[in-house]
Amino acid sequence: MNSIFQTVPIQHYIILSAILFSIGVIGVLTRRNAIIIFMSVEIMLNSVNLLLAAFSTYHNDAAGQIFVFFIMAVAAAEVAVGLAIIVMIYRNIHTIDINELNKLKG
Amino acid sequence: MLQSLFYFLSFTSIFLACMVVFAKNPVHSVLYLILTFFTIAGHYLILNAQFLALVHVVVYAGAIMVLFLFVIMLLNLNAETEPRQSMLMKFAGTIAGGCLMLVLIAVFSKANALPAAHEVNSQIGLIKNLGKILYTDYIMPFEVASILFLIAMIGAVILAKREPKAAI
Repeated sequence: MNSIFQTVPIQHYIILSAILFSIGVIGVLTRRNAIIIFMSVEIMLNSVNLLLAAFSTYHNDAAGQIFVFFIMAVAAAEVAVGLAIIVMIYRNIHTIDINELNKLKG
Repeated sequence: MLQSLFYFLSFTSIFLACMVVFAKNPVHSVLYLILTFFTIAGHYLILNAQFLALVHVVVYAGAIMVLFLFVIMLLNLNAETEPRQSMLMKFAGTIAGGCLMLVLIAVFSKANALPAAHEVNSQIGLIKNLGKILYTDYIMPFEVASILFLIAMIGAVILAKREPKAAI
Protein backbone atom coordinates (compact mmCIF):
# COMPACT_ATOMS: atom_id res chain seq x y z
CA MET A 1 0.00 0.00 0.00
CA ASN A 2 1.35 3.44 -0.85
CA SER A 3 0.63 6.44 1.31
CA ILE A 4 1.19 10.11 0.52
CA PHE A 5 3.33 10.39 3.66
CA GLN A 6 6.05 8.16 2.21
CA THR A 7 6.99 11.01 -0.14
CA VAL A 8 5.52 14.21 1.36
CA PRO A 9 6.34 15.03 5.00
CA ILE A 10 3.52 16.07 7.32
CA GLN A 11 5.27 19.44 7.79
CA HIS A 12 4.31 20.39 4.25
CA TYR A 13 0.65 19.89 5.08
CA ILE A 14 1.09 22.03 8.18
CA ILE A 15 2.73 24.80 6.14
CA LEU A 16 0.00 24.63 3.48
CA SER A 17 -2.70 24.91 6.14
CA ALA A 18 -0.88 27.79 7.86
CA ILE A 19 -0.64 29.68 4.56
CA LEU A 20 -4.31 29.13 3.72
CA PHE A 21 -5.35 30.16 7.24
CA SER A 22 -3.29 33.35 6.99
CA ILE A 23 -4.82 34.18 3.62
CA GLY A 24 -8.22 33.88 5.30
CA VAL A 25 -7.10 36.19 8.13
CA ILE A 26 -5.79 38.74 5.60
CA GLY A 27 -9.14 38.59 3.81
CA VAL A 28 -11.06 39.26 7.02
CA LEU A 29 -8.77 42.16 7.92
CA THR A 30 -8.52 43.89 4.54
CA ARG A 31 -11.98 43.61 2.98
CA ARG A 32 -15.09 45.62 3.87
CA ASN A 33 -17.69 43.57 2.02
CA ALA A 34 -19.44 41.32 4.57
CA ILE A 35 -19.87 38.47 2.06
CA ILE A 36 -16.15 38.42 1.18
CA ILE A 37 -15.41 38.29 4.91
CA PHE A 38 -17.68 35.24 5.16
CA MET A 39 -15.82 33.61 2.29
CA SER A 40 -12.49 34.28 4.02
CA VAL A 41 -13.85 32.56 7.13
CA GLU A 42 -14.75 29.59 4.92
CA ILE A 43 -11.13 29.45 3.67
CA MET A 44 -9.92 29.40 7.29
CA LEU A 45 -12.34 26.57 8.18
CA ASN A 46 -11.19 24.61 5.15
CA SER A 47 -7.52 24.93 6.03
CA VAL A 48 -8.27 23.49 9.48
CA ASN A 49 -10.32 20.69 7.90
CA LEU A 50 -7.46 19.83 5.58
CA LEU A 51 -5.00 19.57 8.45
CA LEU A 52 -7.41 17.40 10.48
CA ALA A 53 -7.84 15.03 7.53
CA ALA A 54 -4.07 14.94 6.97
CA PHE A 55 -3.36 13.99 10.58
CA SER A 56 -6.20 11.48 10.48
CA THR A 57 -4.49 9.68 7.59
CA TYR A 58 -1.05 10.18 9.15
CA HIS A 59 -2.01 8.43 12.39
CA ASN A 60 -4.39 5.99 10.71
CA ASP A 61 -7.25 7.12 12.93
CA ALA A 62 -10.71 7.85 11.55
CA ALA A 63 -11.74 10.21 14.37
CA GLY A 64 -10.12 13.17 12.59
CA GLN A 65 -12.33 12.63 9.56
CA ILE A 66 -15.42 12.54 11.80
CA PHE A 67 -14.37 15.91 13.21
CA VAL A 68 -14.07 17.29 9.67
CA PHE A 69 -17.58 16.03 9.03
CA PHE A 70 -18.92 17.89 12.07
CA ILE A 71 -17.04 21.08 11.15
CA MET A 72 -18.66 20.95 7.70
CA ALA A 73 -22.10 20.58 9.31
CA VAL A 74 -21.52 23.56 11.61
CA ALA A 75 -20.11 25.62 8.71
CA ALA A 76 -23.23 24.93 6.64
CA ALA A 77 -25.51 26.06 9.48
CA GLU A 78 -23.33 29.13 10.09
CA VAL A 79 -23.46 30.16 6.43
CA ALA A 80 -27.25 29.79 6.26
CA VAL A 81 -27.83 32.00 9.31
CA GLY A 82 -25.05 34.45 8.38
CA LEU A 83 -26.33 35.04 4.87
CA ALA A 84 -29.86 35.53 6.24
CA ILE A 85 -28.45 38.19 8.57
CA ILE A 86 -26.60 39.84 5.67
CA VAL A 87 -29.80 39.97 3.59
CA MET A 88 -31.58 41.48 6.60
CA ILE A 89 -28.86 44.14 7.01
CA TYR A 90 -29.07 44.98 3.31
CA ARG A 91 -32.83 45.44 3.55
CA ASN A 92 -32.42 47.85 6.44
CA ILE A 93 -29.43 50.01 5.47
CA HIS A 94 -29.04 49.17 1.73
CA THR A 95 -25.36 48.34 1.95
CA ILE A 96 -23.22 45.51 3.31
CA ASP A 97 -20.18 47.66 3.94
CA ILE A 98 -19.12 46.69 7.47
CA ASN A 99 -17.93 50.24 8.19
CA GLU A 100 -21.57 51.37 7.94
CA LEU A 101 -22.61 48.91 10.65
CA ASN A 102 -21.91 51.33 13.49
CA LYS A 103 -25.41 51.64 14.98
CA LEU A 104 -24.26 49.95 18.17
CA LYS A 105 -21.36 52.35 18.60
CA GLY A 106 -21.72 54.47 21.74
CA MET B 1 3.26 10.86 -8.92
CA LEU B 2 1.36 11.56 -5.68
CA GLN B 3 4.09 13.96 -4.64
CA SER B 4 3.90 16.12 -7.76
CA LEU B 5 0.10 16.04 -7.56
CA PHE B 6 0.30 17.28 -3.96
CA TYR B 7 2.55 20.20 -4.86
CA PHE B 8 0.46 21.10 -7.90
CA LEU B 9 -2.76 21.11 -5.84
CA SER B 10 -1.09 23.05 -3.02
CA PHE B 11 0.18 25.86 -5.22
CA THR B 12 -3.14 26.01 -7.09
CA SER B 13 -5.15 26.25 -3.88
CA ILE B 14 -2.88 28.95 -2.44
CA PHE B 15 -3.06 30.95 -5.67
CA LEU B 16 -6.84 30.62 -5.90
CA ALA B 17 -7.29 31.54 -2.23
CA CYS B 18 -5.23 34.70 -2.86
CA MET B 19 -7.47 35.48 -5.83
CA VAL B 20 -10.57 35.10 -3.61
CA VAL B 21 -9.22 37.73 -1.24
CA PHE B 22 -7.84 40.14 -3.83
CA ALA B 23 -10.47 39.95 -6.60
CA LYS B 24 -12.37 43.22 -7.03
CA ASN B 25 -15.66 41.69 -8.17
CA PRO B 26 -17.52 39.61 -5.53
CA VAL B 27 -18.86 37.22 -8.19
CA HIS B 28 -15.28 36.46 -9.28
CA SER B 29 -14.40 35.85 -5.63
CA VAL B 30 -17.16 33.26 -5.33
CA LEU B 31 -16.07 31.49 -8.52
CA TYR B 32 -12.44 31.39 -7.34
CA LEU B 33 -13.62 30.03 -4.00
CA ILE B 34 -15.47 27.19 -5.75
CA LEU B 35 -12.23 26.28 -7.58
CA THR B 36 -10.34 26.43 -4.26
CA PHE B 37 -12.83 23.96 -2.79
CA PHE B 38 -12.28 21.61 -5.72
CA THR B 39 -8.51 21.64 -5.14
CA ILE B 40 -9.11 20.90 -1.45
CA ALA B 41 -11.35 17.98 -2.47
CA GLY B 42 -8.38 16.77 -4.54
CA HIS B 43 -6.23 16.97 -1.41
CA TYR B 44 -8.77 14.78 0.42
CA LEU B 45 -8.61 12.25 -2.41
CA ILE B 46 -4.82 11.91 -2.23
CA LEU B 47 -5.16 11.57 1.56
CA ASN B 48 -7.38 8.48 1.04
CA ALA B 49 -10.38 10.33 2.51
CA GLN B 50 -12.80 9.44 -0.28
CA PHE B 51 -16.02 10.07 1.65
CA LEU B 52 -14.80 13.47 2.82
CA ALA B 53 -13.92 14.46 -0.75
CA LEU B 54 -17.43 13.55 -1.88
CA VAL B 55 -19.15 15.34 1.01
CA HIS B 56 -16.89 18.36 0.53
CA VAL B 57 -17.86 18.74 -3.12
CA VAL B 58 -21.57 18.20 -2.40
CA VAL B 59 -21.80 20.46 0.67
CA TYR B 60 -19.38 23.26 -0.22
CA ALA B 61 -19.38 23.48 -4.00
CA GLY B 62 -22.98 22.32 -4.24
CA ALA B 63 -24.85 23.95 -1.38
CA ILE B 64 -22.84 26.69 0.34
CA MET B 65 -21.47 28.33 -2.78
CA VAL B 66 -24.86 28.31 -4.50
CA LEU B 67 -26.18 30.12 -1.42
CA PHE B 68 -23.36 32.68 -1.70
CA LEU B 69 -24.01 33.20 -5.41
CA PHE B 70 -27.75 33.61 -4.81
CA VAL B 71 -27.19 36.24 -2.14
CA ILE B 72 -24.63 38.14 -4.25
CA MET B 73 -26.95 38.19 -7.25
CA LEU B 74 -29.95 39.05 -5.06
CA LEU B 75 -28.12 42.06 -3.63
CA ASN B 76 -26.79 42.96 -7.13
CA LEU B 77 -23.18 43.32 -6.00
CA ASN B 78 -20.45 44.06 -8.53
CA ALA B 79 -17.09 45.79 -8.80
CA GLU B 80 -18.67 49.28 -8.81
CA THR B 81 -20.58 48.84 -5.55
CA GLU B 82 -17.63 47.19 -3.85
CA PRO B 83 -16.61 49.21 -0.75
CA ARG B 84 -12.90 50.05 -0.70
CA GLN B 85 -10.83 49.76 2.44
CA SER B 86 -8.34 52.57 3.03
CA MET B 87 -4.77 51.91 1.90
CA LEU B 88 -3.43 52.10 5.46
CA MET B 89 -5.90 49.48 6.73
CA LYS B 90 -5.10 47.18 3.80
CA PHE B 91 -1.39 47.50 4.50
CA ALA B 92 -1.83 46.91 8.23
CA GLY B 93 -4.10 43.90 7.66
CA THR B 94 -1.67 42.31 5.21
CA ILE B 95 1.27 42.86 7.56
CA ALA B 96 -0.70 41.38 10.49
CA GLY B 97 -1.73 38.33 8.46
CA GLY B 98 1.82 37.87 7.18
CA CYS B 99 3.18 38.01 10.74
CA LEU B 100 0.63 35.38 11.80
CA MET B 101 1.74 33.14 8.91
CA LEU B 102 5.44 33.57 9.82
CA VAL B 103 4.76 32.71 13.47
CA LEU B 104 2.66 29.65 12.61
CA ILE B 105 5.24 28.30 10.16
CA ALA B 106 8.14 29.02 12.52
CA VAL B 107 6.40 27.27 15.43
CA PHE B 108 5.26 24.19 13.54
CA SER B 109 8.43 23.65 11.52
CA LYS B 110 10.34 23.28 14.80
CA ALA B 111 7.77 20.84 16.22
CA ASN B 112 8.65 17.16 16.22
CA ALA B 113 5.74 15.24 14.71
CA LEU B 114 5.11 11.75 16.02
CA PRO B 115 6.15 9.10 13.52
CA ALA B 116 3.49 7.99 11.08
CA ALA B 117 1.45 4.87 11.73
CA HIS B 118 3.24 1.80 10.40
CA GLU B 119 0.40 -0.08 8.79
CA VAL B 120 -1.33 1.90 6.06
CA ASN B 121 -5.06 1.31 5.85
CA SER B 122 -6.57 2.80 2.71
CA GLN B 123 -10.07 1.72 3.82
CA ILE B 124 -10.21 4.25 6.65
CA GLY B 125 -11.93 7.01 4.69
CA LEU B 126 -14.64 4.82 3.18
CA ILE B 127 -18.24 5.44 4.14
CA LYS B 128 -18.61 1.99 5.73
CA ASN B 129 -15.82 2.58 8.24
CA LEU B 130 -16.74 6.21 8.95
CA GLY B 131 -20.42 5.41 9.37
CA LYS B 132 -19.65 2.69 11.88
CA ILE B 133 -17.58 5.10 13.98
CA LEU B 134 -20.07 7.94 13.59
CA TYR B 135 -23.01 5.87 14.84
CA THR B 136 -21.19 4.22 17.74
CA ASP B 137 -18.56 6.52 19.28
CA TYR B 138 -19.94 9.85 18.05
CA ILE B 139 -23.71 9.31 18.23
CA MET B 140 -24.23 12.11 20.78
CA PRO B 141 -22.48 14.87 18.74
CA PHE B 142 -24.39 13.62 15.70
CA GLU B 143 -27.74 14.17 17.43
CA VAL B 144 -26.64 17.58 18.72
CA ALA B 145 -25.69 18.52 15.15
CA SER B 146 -29.21 17.66 14.02
CA ILE B 147 -30.66 19.98 16.68
CA LEU B 148 -28.22 22.68 15.54
CA PHE B 149 -29.48 22.30 11.98
CA LEU B 150 -33.09 22.60 13.11
CA ILE B 151 -32.32 25.80 15.05
CA ALA B 152 -30.31 27.23 12.14
CA MET B 153 -33.15 26.49 9.72
CA ILE B 154 -35.74 28.16 11.94
CA GLY B 155 -33.44 31.13 12.51
CA ALA B 156 -32.71 31.61 8.81
CA VAL B 157 -36.39 31.47 7.88
CA ILE B 158 -37.41 33.91 10.62
CA LEU B 159 -34.59 36.34 9.73
CA ALA B 160 -35.25 36.28 6.00
CA LYS B 161 -39.04 36.49 6.30
CA ARG B 162 -39.35 39.55 8.55
CA GLU B 163 -40.53 42.78 6.94
CA PRO B 164 -37.88 45.54 6.79
CA LYS B 165 -39.96 48.20 8.58
CA ALA B 166 -41.15 45.93 11.38
CA ALA B 167 -37.56 45.10 12.30
CA ILE B 168 -36.66 48.41 13.89
